[in-house]
Amino acid sequence: MKGVIYTETVVFAPPEQFAADAPYQLAIVTLENGKRLTARISGDRVSIGDAVELAETRNGISFFKKA
Amino acid sequence: MREVAVIGIGKTAFGAFADRDLRSLAVEAGLACLADANVSPSKIEAFYLGNFAGPSFVGQNHLAPYIAGAMGVEHVPCTRFEAACASSGSAFFHAVSSVAAGMYDLVLVGGVEKMTSQTTPKVTEILAGAGDMMGEGRAGATFPALFAMIARRHMYQYGTTREQLAAVAVKNHANGAKNPQAHMRKVITMEQALNGKPIADPLTVYDCSLVSDGAAAVLICPLEQASEFTSKPVRVRGIAQTSDHVALDEKDDITTFRAVKEAAQKAYKMAGVSAGDIQFAELHDCFTIAEIVATEDLGFVEKGLGGPYVLEGKTCLRGERPINTSGGLKSKGHPVGATGVAQICDVAMQIRGDAGERQVARHELGLAQNLGGSGATAVVTILGAA
Repeated sequence: MKGVIYTETVVFAPPEQFAADAPYQLAIVTLENGKRLTARISGDRVSIGDAVELAETRNGISFFKKA
Repeated sequence: MREVAVIGIGKTAFGAFADRDLRSLAVEAGLACLADANVSPSKIEAFYLGNFAGPSFVGQNHLAPYIAGAMGVEHVPCTRFEAACASSGSAFFHAVSSVAAGMYDLVLVGGVEKMTSQTTPKVTEILAGAGDMMGEGRAGATFPALFAMIARRHMYQYGTTREQLAAVAVKNHANGAKNPQAHMRKVITMEQALNGKPIADPLTVYDCSLVSDGAAAVLICPLEQASEFTSKPVRVRGIAQTSDHVALDEKDDITTFRAVKEAAQKAYKMAGVSAGDIQFAELHDCFTIAEIVATEDLGFVEKGLGGPYVLEGKTCLRGERPINTSGGLKSKGHPVGATGVAQICDVAMQIRGDAGERQVARHELGLAQNLGGSGATAVVTILGAA
């Protein structure tokens, strides 16, 4: 699954259940079919317009990385 | 349809009150409101309550009759409205609708939230429940994160700057410092606002509204009966509530709140006014970017120009259109379920000419905009002198 970063942030103040993950990058990815998905970013930090691809899915969360 | 007036207002101070429980806050605001209008609790025909998450924050359900009974409002319909941070805006909208329709004459509308008995990570988790917990919430989106993503996209599309975001916080703190009921009565500098602790990039702690305890209430009746209760009735000129997708990633363009735009157009039409006629406003600045987007969606400025508008001082207390003279959610505080009705109180106070050193010069027509979640509920109310 591939897409382009529509918007992103880095979360420094997480909700209780993700305390161990912070800081983590979160993004809305525009997928090739035009739909958007809120996902985590693994690896290098991404910016709006960057091409990304699905790296893995863990606990129902999609992790994308720079393509 | 009958015209409706606000004839009484009452608020608690907003803050972190370790010794106060949810009900005592709501009762204090309700009784202050009834005293303001010199109306006995036994005369109230219905009680509409806005509350976002009492069951999660303090473990109490069935809140509307629980609070009404303690105020002496008994044997009438008492109902809780939940629409995230627009809970009491929604309660007010439905209360006005019922009085306009002729169902009741005297209706009390309250809003309350007791948030500070939970830790910040727990509060963050409870608030995240106003988003889509099967989608964005599962991925780890907090509300600061959702608005940070809105800010990031607004910066990308319109060139909005960190300094423009910070200008919202500096302005609202300057106003809130003058409000005896505000949670954080502290002036902040641009330098402080720009260098705050990061919460969700690009937002710092100074871009985020406060976690507060507090309550507010208003009393409404048909306009034609208002003079029996007060010499300064405030007329509800226009009001609308609309909705949109809950999940941010289901919205076509996240730099605008479609629900706010649509509610504003309906409210302007009902009032027979246009955006340019609005003299001052209380806007839902849950995050600094939200106030900037709201000024655009309400038509105060063209799309994309909300940043320069605040930085140039147009919306400060002595500017051409003062915004958030109460201090807004940023400085006054944001007990989420109380916010919508508190905004109505603040606009009404200005229209009556009772805002003291925060009084604006032109105060015949004001607007309140209350937002739920990342824009899934919007309530826009236009109030005017009777």
